[in-house]
Amino acid sequence: MGRYLLRRLVIAVPILFGISLTTFALGNVAPGDPVTAMLDPKQMANLGPEWVEQRKEALGLNKPAATRYVIWLKELSRGNLGYSYQDGQPVWRKISERIWPTLLLMSTVLIMANLIGIPLGLLAAVKQYSVFDYAASLLGFAAVSIPSFFLGLGFIYIFSVQLRWLPTAGMNSVGGAKSFIDSLEHIILPATTLGLAQAAPLIRYSRASMLESIHQDYIAVARAKGLSERTVMFRHALRNVLNPLVTIIALDLPALLGGTVIIEQIFAWPGMGTLAVASVFGRDYPVIMGITLLGAVTVVASNLLADLVYAVVDPRIKYS
Amino acid sequence: MTETVDYSDVPLAGIPASGAPVSSPLLESHRRRSGVWHRFRRHRLALLGSSLLFLLVVASLGAPQIARHDPYTVELRSYRKGPSAQHRLGTDSSGRDVLSRLLYAGRVSLSVGLVAVSIYAAIGIVLGGLAGFYGRWVDSLIMRIADMVLSFPSLIVIITIVSILGPSIYNVMLVIGAMGWPPIARLVRGNFLSLREQDFVIAAQSIGAPNRRIIFRHVVPNALTPVIVAASFGMAQAILLEAGLSFLGLGVQPPTPSWGNMLTDAQSVTVLRSMTWLWLPPGLMIAVTVLSINFIGDGLRDALDPRAAR
Repeated sequence: MGRYLLRRLVIAVPILFGISLTTFALGNVAPGDPVTAMLDPKQMANLGPEWVEQRKEALGLNKPAATRYVIWLKELSRGNLGYSYQDGQPVWRKISERIWPTLLLMSTVLIMANLIGIPLGLLAAVKQYSVFDYAASLLGFAAVSIPSFFLGLGFIYIFSVQLRWLPTAGMNSVGGAKSFIDSLEHIILPATTLGLAQAAPLIRYSRASMLESIHQDYIAVARAKGLSERTVMFRHALRNVLNPLVTIIALDLPALLGGTVIIEQIFAWPGMGTLAVASVFGRDYPVIMGITLLGAVTVVASNLLADLVYAVVDPRIKYS
Repeated sequence: MTETVDYSDVPLAGIPASGAPVSSPLLESHRRRSGVWHRFRRHRLALLGSSLLFLLVVASLGAPQIARHDPYTVELRSYRKGPSAQHRLGTDSSGRDVLSRLLYAGRVSLSVGLVAVSIYAAIGIVLGGLAGFYGRWVDSLIMRIADMVLSFPSLIVIITIVSILGPSIYNVMLVIGAMGWPPIARLVRGNFLSLREQDFVIAAQSIGAPNRRIIFRHVVPNALTPVIVAASFGMAQAILLEAGLSFLGLGVQPPTPSWGNMLTDAQSVTVLRSMTWLWLPPGLMIAVTVLSINFIGDGLRDALDPRAAR
């Protein structure tokens, strides 16, 4: 197990290296001065141009790109992602204000997707070729084919504009006291919109996986023992179905992160997605780079975690 | 619907995609193709998808003949007017005819999808082929790059690159193409690796066929079958991505119509509430197009590889 873990970590190193290199390169070809991006504008104003030159020298910003990359990595390891072009705030602070809303949205989406996708997929497999099976499959097709922004707008039109059941935008009502019900009302529409799209691969994989499981010998044995169909399905077949889903969920994480960008935009959700879009329009590259880097590192980390969890829960995997 | 575990319905002539043609290659490939067509035809959703896509392509190509108004003519007097006899689907915020724009936008969306997928299929096939054929460090290098590209939340990277390059239809095609290749490369690599060990390749080697002939004659045709399936699903995704980017204002720029940028206006509650003709048609067009292509992809998957478990 220890060696397996180590090998996975070693594979992640060049990937992380490539990610940091790509992000750095993007930040460098982006218009704007990378020097002022690394320095605090308030300090710059107080201390004058000589100090800026000194800082440049100290940070090695006059040096060639390869050296600067190493310096940038060092700054990164200290948690310095640079400073926003727009308001001079540290990028990390701007991002950290937005992390929680995005995490809240993403985890709600994941819960919704699992609650919709897995039961539908399992039932479709148990009732293979039934009307329900076709309906679930069609729903899966629709969920990946309808653009999330259109679905989101449709939901707003139906549930907010026509029926007036739910708020159109934001995370909380303006001026109102923050209550659980209020937050719940705000998150339902964005989470359902994205949850449906994320449920589609889960329907597909849980169905395929369950079907595979049903045709295994041990299921035939369980049936031959005279166990009830219910026990066979839930106690025996289901057991080997849920494990691969960990991987599927982890693999869909980049799509989920990307999905939140558009959904946050439509529902004016104060998360990293709206920050990313606003930064792109404001040409605030340090902020965009920070978000890209954070997103990529999260994806690598979650894939690693998924592999480990998978190895732990599935005894058939040998860690050599 | 697709994960058939019972293979009894697979015709004998339908040699599985990754399997080896046993006797005369000409005869076998002919029989295999007819098996594929036979299976595709029985996939009702795929037939529905093909018909719908055919109509969409005809409508887009024939846009100049079908549309009664120029999609670019601004008529400020007829600003955001509802559907009427003159403008069947009303007019947009600049008084342009929505139906005409819808038809012309089809050209944009379909060509972005096609070009973007062609770009990344080409990159994926070349890199995947190199990795699978040469193995060793070439393989490790290419696969690590693929892992890296897959780790980026692609939408965020795409909007970043598009904003650096400047949003335009060509940059959208290029960037989607540049980010989409890893799954194709993985597929091709995997197929190369398994095909390398197949009897018919070993047989070709043993009769002294040159590497180039083995690759292009025996390995590539068999390795590409799953790519066709992946590319059709990829085209659906590329169209969605273009729509999303254009919706955000980072894709196809007005006045050029795209289904995505036609929906941008709907972010205002006024438009959403009382001007459904502005946002419902383009949204439905995207959904129908993407759905049709996904149906076709599903049909192709069933037809080309009856053994596929997923």
